[in-house]
Amino acid sequence: MSGQWETQSVHLHRDDAGSRMGMWLFLFTELILFGGLFIVYAVYRYAHQAEFHLAAQELHSTIGFINTIILLTSSMTMAMSITALQKGNKALSMALVSATLILAGAFLVNKFFEWAGKFANGIYPGSPELMNRPQGEVLYFGLYFVMTGLHALHVVIGMALLAVNLSFIKRNVYTGENTVKLETAGLYWHLVDLIWIFLFPLFYLLH
Amino acid sequence: MQQENNAHGHIVGYGTYAFIWLGLLAFTGITVVAAGINLGAWTVFVALGIASIKGLMVMNVFMHLKFEDKIFKIFAGVAFITLAIFLVLTFADYLFVR
Amino acid sequence: MAKAHVTSHEPDFWNVQTEHKGIWAWLLTKDHKRIGIMYLYAIVSFFFVGAIFGVLMRLELIAPGKTIMEPQTYNSLFTLHGIIMIFLFVIPAMPAVFGNFFLPIQIGAKDVFFPRLNLLSWYLYIIGGLLAITSLFLPGGPVDTGWTFYIPYSIRTTTNVIPALTAAFILGFSSILTGLNFITTIHRMRAPGMDWFRMPLFPWSLYATGWVQILATPIIGITLLLVMIERVFQVGIFDPSLGGDPVLYQHLFWTYSHPAVYIIILPAMGIISEIIPVFARKTIFGYKFIAYSSLAIAFFGSLVWGHHMFTAGMSTTAMFIFSFLTFLVSIPSAIKVFNWVATLYKGSIALEAPLLYALAFIIQFSIGGFTGLMIGALSIDIHLQDTSFIVAHFHYVMFGGAGFGFFAAMHYWFPKMFGRMYNKKTAIVAWAHVTIGFNLTYFPMFIMGYLGMPRRYYDYLPQFQPYHIASTIGSWILFAGLVMMIVNLIRGMRSGEKAGMDPWGGTTLEWTVDTPPPLENFETIPTVTTGPYDYSRYEIAAKEAQ
Ligand code: HEM
Repeated sequence: MSGQWETQSVHLHRDDAGSRMGMWLFLFTELILFGGLFIVYAVYRYAHQAEFHLAAQELHSTIGFINTIILLTSSMTMAMSITALQKGNKALSMALVSATLILAGAFLVNKFFEWAGKFANGIYPGSPELMNRPQGEVLYFGLYFVMTGLHALHVVIGMALLAVNLSFIKRNVYTGENTVKLETAGLYWHLVDLIWIFLFPLFYLLH
Repeated sequence: MQQENNAHGHIVGYGTYAFIWLGLLAFTGITVVAAGINLGAWTVFVALGIASIKGLMVMNVFMHLKFEDKIFKIFAGVAFITLAIFLVLTFADYLFVR
Repeated sequence: MAKAHVTSHEPDFWNVQTEHKGIWAWLLTKDHKRIGIMYLYAIVSFFFVGAIFGVLMRLELIAPGKTIMEPQTYNSLFTLHGIIMIFLFVIPAMPAVFGNFFLPIQIGAKDVFFPRLNLLSWYLYIIGGLLAITSLFLPGGPVDTGWTFYIPYSIRTTTNVIPALTAAFILGFSSILTGLNFITTIHRMRAPGMDWFRMPLFPWSLYATGWVQILATPIIGITLLLVMIERVFQVGIFDPSLGGDPVLYQHLFWTYSHPAVYIIILPAMGIISEIIPVFARKTIFGYKFIAYSSLAIAFFGSLVWGHHMFTAGMSTTAMFIFSFLTFLVSIPSAIKVFNWVATLYKGSIALEAPLLYALAFIIQFSIGGFTGLMIGALSIDIHLQDTSFIVAHFHYVMFGGAGFGFFAAMHYWFPKMFGRMYNKKTAIVAWAHVTIGFNLTYFPMFIMGYLGMPRRYYDYLPQFQPYHIASTIGSWILFAGLVMMIVNLIRGMRSGEKAGMDPWGGTTLEWTVDTPPPLENFETIPTVTTGPYDYSRYEIAAKEAQ
């Protein structure tokens, strides 16, 4: 038991469960971050029920539906890419991560057109059209822009994480069973999906 | 040397994921249909209930929570309960006359 | 308690050669001890900036009317004083400095679980701190909302709200990462044999704190973000003119900021639980109670935020609920106080500076706690809300409590961190100044608050003047004591006597490693066989002597 071996082991020792634990803890903070927004939503929905109903009818539930399908599918490809890497199938893993990225991009494109449509109708924060509406609708659209916007920001961050991982796989950084980085990136991506699962009915369906 | 570091030591097959994905799509369909039916005040709770089921599927299988140590599940429980408490105590204000 | 094989030829962490040279050996370090030291320097500096603001405010209040500053300056001063003291001093102070330095050693680990993330937290802290300070000088003028950023004023005022909010947001992020790191470390890196109930009480308190940091901080993160978005894009969220509800802002703000009080006080309680047994030479009384009460405080502490809003227009039902819960949270705090006192009982007490600070902590924290119960009662709070009674109450808890806990820790762990001892006599003289000055500054505020002196006012009616004069003189004694304390410590760092491995007779693991510790703390990870505070040999000796 010489000092040499111990000294090195401190930085070489791997504890995958610990890394995943750290990521989960981080995801809880994200969850509560959005949780705060859900609390605001709940309070205002309770206070302005009729206006929330009216305003929700202006959203395109079809776009919301398509985006839900896209994100759910991307979550599946993400999960599969880890299996592929664990089975040593590098090419398939890369293909699946790329698929996830493409789906994420598609989600954002849809989101862009959805927002652009709202803007074209004169509905954007502080717009004269919006300011003339009842206050409940102002709040609804305020929350709509903030919550879907913050979610979209998370999609972008997730994409960056996945892109980094893609290059890691390509450059054979992950050897053998060392897949924990991809797993934690995957966890993050699923969280993005998880949040959307709640955003979708709250904004697009309840009218 | 099989996955000594991999606490769950469990590689989930592609089929399982595909199956869960189909389930998620089905529930998405259900929630869209259910939203069309007028259930009055229950609409919100039905929608959130379905969303919770979907969330549990994602967490348990996609995120491997099912295969992790028990402590991870306790953690998740603590996080969700905390959020629920925050919500309920805030509504202690809004549900009653000011 | 455990055998750690110590070799003295390994260089300590101050002198060890690392891959980087010069200043980079610090700025790019992943060593938890160096990061702890960097936090220490930064946090103490910010503390003194905040303290100077406090003394200036006290000076303004020595006479009614304008004394040395305009009302607007006073508004900015109390705002920045609050922001600095809360977000840059007490919230990070104990976890980031002493948690970083001693948590891994106390549980027998070589570092925290995520060393790189740890360094990132430090950088976020520095960025947030610098941003808060620069907001003073940016065009627009220093922020004047109070550290609570209440709506609607924080949306209307033209001062630099956005930089201040961004700073608080970033600092929150830094705090979250520290908490996350510690929880993972405690779960995954305890030495063999170090089961949960052999863990010293400081790590226990950090564990409870970590959960509050993780679960409560995001709420303020999103709330402050919403205020920023609202200011920049005119999105309707809280602004009443757009239909928003300012009281909802207060709910969310205190959903974090009350638990933050427990982020502040829990680690301080952990430190007191370390110090008392060492200087009473007795095994701590009710170890498990203290450990569990940390978790209980963290839990109940998250349920009481509404008591900050009794006069804000909440529903009466909510007021009853929050008032009731507030009384509950005092139970686990009281348990701790009783256990500390019981540990002291019949101990062989060594009145050194760390213990003196700890004793002052117990008394002042109790005063803060009891007055907290008073204003937790609805009928009394209606009368005392927004008076200087409140100012006195929270300084007793956060300064007389947590701040003194920080000073106690500095004097307790100083020899281990720096390898030298400060001048013990001077330390006690400084302690006397700080304690007397502290009480003279804040006790009069209880009285004048009770008589109706409002808080956040730069002016007052002449009948309050005697109290204000006493308080201002107190702040001078206090400040002199603080300067004396810090000069003494800096001198000790430079040229104090060399300290041995265990100068106080402590029994936890940090006293079994070299002074100062080598880079990786332990050459071989120790195997732990007993609980943390094993003073049975002293107790047996004391019995035999009788
Ligand atoms: C030298 C030490 C200190 C002095 C002289 C001092 C003095 C003061 C004074 C005069 C006020 C303004 C009261 C008013 O007009 O409402 C104040 C407010 C405050 N102080 Fe201190 N203080 C000191 C240390 C601390 C410490 C260590 C903390 C926290 C740990 C702290 C936290 C606060 C907070 C949160 C406020 C309220 C700010 C606001 O109203 O927005 N202070 N302090």
